[in-house]
Amino acid sequence: MPDLSINFAGIKSPNPFWLASAPPTNSGYQVMKAFDAGWGGAVWKTLGVPVVNVSSRYGGVNYRDKRLIGFNNIELISDRPLSDNLREIEEVKKRFPQHAVIASLMVQSRQEWHDIVRASQDAGADGLELNFGCPHGMCERGMGSAVGQEPNVLRTIVEWVMEVATVPVIVKLTPNISDITEPALAARQGGANAISLINTIQSIVGVDLDQFSPYPIVDGQGTNGGYCGPAVKPIALNMVKNCAQHPGVQLPISGIGGIENWRDAVEHILLGASSVQVCTAAMHFGFGIIREMTSGLEQYMREKGFQTIQDMVGRALPNVKHWEELNLHYKVTASINEQKCIGCQLCYTACEDGAHQAIRLNEGTRVPEIIDENCVGCNLCSLVCPVEECITMERRDDGSRHETWQQRTVAGNIPTEFEDERAGGRHHWVPEPAAALGKEKHKTLPGKARQFEPVPTSPPVVRE
Amino acid sequence: MAEYSPPTSEQEFQANFAQLKPRMNRTEAMLESSRCLFCFDAPCIQACPSGIDIPQFIRQINTGNVTGAARTIYEANYFGNACGKVCPTEVLCEGACVYNLQDVKPIEIGRLQSFATRAQMDSGEALFGPGAPTGRRVAVVGAGPAGISCACELRALGHEVDVFEAKAQPSGLTVYGVAPYKITNEETLAEMAYLQGQFGYSVYYHAPIASRADVEKLEASYDAVFLGIGLGSTSTLGLPGEDSAGCVGAVEFIEQLRQQHHAIAVGRRVVVLGGGNTAMDAASESARMGAEHVTLAYRRSKADMGAYDFEYDLAKGVGVEGLFNVAPVEITGNGKVEGVRFVRTATTGGQVQPVPGSEFVVPCDMVIKATGQSKQTTFLGLIDGLQLDAKGRIILDSRTGQTTNPRYFAAGDAGNGGAEVVNATAEAKVAARGIHEYLMSQDLSS
Ligand SMILES: Cc1cc2nc3c(=O)[nH]c(=O)nc-3n(C[C@H](O)[C@H](O)[C@H](O)COP(=O)(O)OP(=O)(O)OC[C@H]3O[C@@H](n4cnc5c(N)ncnc54)[C@H](O)[C@@H]3O)c2cc1C
Ligand SMILES: Cc1cc2nc3c(=O)[nH]c(=O)nc-3n(C[C@H](O)[C@H](O)[C@H](O)COP(=O)(O)O)c2cc1C
Ligand code: SF4
Ligand code: SF4
Ligand code: SF4
Repeated sequence: MPDLSINFAGIKSPNPFWLASAPPTNSGYQVMKAFDAGWGGAVWKTLGVPVVNVSSRYGGVNYRDKRLIGFNNIELISDRPLSDNLREIEEVKKRFPQHAVIASLMVQSRQEWHDIVRASQDAGADGLELNFGCPHGMCERGMGSAVGQEPNVLRTIVEWVMEVATVPVIVKLTPNISDITEPALAARQGGANAISLINTIQSIVGVDLDQFSPYPIVDGQGTNGGYCGPAVKPIALNMVKNCAQHPGVQLPISGIGGIENWRDAVEHILLGASSVQVCTAAMHFGFGIIREMTSGLEQYMREKGFQTIQDMVGRALPNVKHWEELNLHYKVTASINEQKCIGCQLCYTACEDGAHQAIRLNEGTRVPEIIDENCVGCNLCSLVCPVEECITMERRDDGSRHETWQQRTVAGNIPTEFEDERAGGRHHWVPEPAAALGKEKHKTLPGKARQFEPVPTSPPVVRE
Repeated sequence: MAEYSPPTSEQEFQANFAQLKPRMNRTEAMLESSRCLFCFDAPCIQACPSGIDIPQFIRQINTGNVTGAARTIYEANYFGNACGKVCPTEVLCEGACVYNLQDVKPIEIGRLQSFATRAQMDSGEALFGPGAPTGRRVAVVGAGPAGISCACELRALGHEVDVFEAKAQPSGLTVYGVAPYKITNEETLAEMAYLQGQFGYSVYYHAPIASRADVEKLEASYDAVFLGIGLGSTSTLGLPGEDSAGCVGAVEFIEQLRQQHHAIAVGRRVVVLGGGNTAMDAASESARMGAEHVTLAYRRSKADMGAYDFEYDLAKGVGVEGLFNVAPVEITGNGKVEGVRFVRTATTGGQVQPVPGSEFVVPCDMVIKATGQSKQTTFLGLIDGLQLDAKGRIILDSRTGQTTNPRYFAAGDAGNGGAEVVNATAEAKVAARGIHEYLMSQDLSS
């Protein structure tokens, strides 16, 4: 039986799944309910000087019939009095001594930081998370992402906190910055014990086409908000990786961003996270999703033979390379399983219009054919194919040669001139531009028009 | 053992004939349209006789452009809503959907089609209008799918159109023949009103073109004539006792059913003769009207039936019993149906032969003959130079719909011998183009 418990920078938790600082951790009621449901920890909704929120606070991005593949909010930190929050933290800790309760904090002056850190510790918080990430509302007041974007300010505040902190301190980073490792380094220099990332990404999720206003709409108007949910996972994963790989950072990472199931969590962990935090998924589906997350993680660990979470942390990192370190001799091409193909021809049109004209159609069948010589192995067709495992990318090189861009650069064997013989596409076949004219017009005409356009019996004449 | 009680009110009738393809709500339309793959050179388009750009309209529904979806549909098919409900989609668009090859339920193209067109009809907003007047006048005979579609297209091209219809309502067999669980009279007629409102052709009801004088009048007043007359009444079988009370033709029975609903009654024991789709319909309808026992009798084997499998399944599903390899020899009873005497048949070398001494009687109090519709050869004989093929179908040029009398054009059942609404509407659109080509090449003064 794998052990899901973690010790994150000194914060112990029965499993790596924490609720992120957000509406699901707004009150003791919710946090107790979450712990009862199986969550390992909770980062309390950010404490500070209570705020005033607007009504109409969230916006969503739907994809076709899928709701909330992206989510954004214009909410601020907790609007509840500090003492209420602290009393409830205490109550939760009493009831759940083994679970992790982390106080998320955001204030301005050194004195305020000292006061709130002490108060949180007195209430029994197992750790502190400094919110340097909120990209709207608070940053305009010189807090949140305004701090996260200024490594020097960030370091100073961390130093203030460390002056009085007796529990582990996590710095939560904003992704609204070009190089995430800069604030991560500053956190380290300031003495923080860990980092967590990402906070939300500045965004406008949509515009109301009738009211001419961005979502969410507050009395006919709106503002930029913070983006999160499944859509941000790829950005989060990359930033987690950047921090995990940076030799100067070397801090435990709590991965946040687009985690909705055990797979998402494992991905974060394999790229260096040792705890994970969840917000949108809990807001969308409720606390019950934890059951699937823990059971999936446990099953995966069993299958892979991982005893502890720590066994998995960063396991994918050695394989995340710089582009110039990749093997230029590795070669795959697409292969279509005719038995599985349903003849939608999406692969054909994708490669034909969006890639390398390496798929052809043949008379009498709807199953397309890969033109091996033209296939550059880009994967596009296999990505658009709606049938599982129908287009596979097959290895064509024999694996005996390994040469990277780096090595070629050192060897002086890279293209350096506009007409260089060594260019990758130098002898790659492309059709004549004019061959495109009228090509398959009868197939791409609107349905009705096809009736009145006889199918051409000979290929269209190319105009000179 | 009947599944249904005889309906005694309109409400009960509607319950017995609940729509097989009920209207989708927005959520269902969103979910279903989300599944479409937007295939390249989509097989569903190829399988649609009217060539609707299906992936296009499904994508339009999915992006909230329902009006655009309706336009895509109506541009190709003026019976857009009706076809969505009455087309045998299982063997047309939905049968061709690539999902079938993955053993996944195909996209519900028909219901999506009706979703968009119905929303458009209900909005009352016009999508089309008449074209710039050309000064040419066309007479359309028959207000069925062929006639109405031809009228719409001709109006869009700017010609004046008068439609002459023998009956009281437009849409032909869509309102007089198609099974009531496929489409309601209300929605059939709503679409007809929506079309007429946009295109502004005139329809004269109770106006059969029946005599040589009628024909000459048309020829004198119009530059071209379109024949959308469909087929005729149920063919007679020539059986003893065929004229007994309680022995009816399927087309006539269904017409009554569509018009009078629960006000008609079926027998307690009904025998339906035939193995085509009309036979399946008549059998299903009898069962839904509360007949206790419905027997479907066909002279060949089950596999030989002309009906689509799903139509037979529908009939079986409401309790209809199949009786195969039997031929009727007599309707028994004294002026009133009491049974059908059958002889068993054997099929050798494609020929159906009676098996001597195998006769038996199936007692019943109603016989529905679904053994095919006759052709309107007498009427068509009134037109000079109009040739029919050996099966009584009007001979025409498939690119233009032109008949062997150059001023006459035709489409629909009268030309194809009896197909579906979608064929009639698609062919009529082609014929309208043919008429346009013909008219515009004629000197007006002549
Ligand atoms: C029982 C039955 C069930 C069917 N079910 C379906 C189904 O589920 N789905 C489907 O797609 N198709 C179905 N069909 C077929 C479909 O209804 C026809 O293919 C279609 O209606 C043909 O259209 P049309 O315009 O050619 O002829 P019709 O629909 O027959 O229309 C011809 C019109 O012309 C009028 N007319 C005829 N002669 C004259 C004249 N001399 N003067 C003036 N008016 C005249 C008639 O009164 C009629 O209104 C069914 C047919 C039958 C018989
Ligand atoms: C395969 C690929 C290659 C790209 N190459 C370029 C490029 O050469 N130059 C460039 O300005 N943007 C490049 N882009 C970025 C796109 O132009 C575009 O900004 C981005 O994909 C976001 O738009 P989208 O969401 O519609 O894809 C590339 C994108 C893709 C997917
Ligand atoms: S891998 Fe890329 S280039 Fe090769 S066939 Fe597929 S889409 Fe075309
Ligand atoms: S995308 Fe896949 S299923 Fe579709 S035609 Fe290509 S190989 Fe076949
Ligand atoms: S075949 Fe099916 S999936 Fe493909 S475009 Fe048509 S409806 Fe959509």
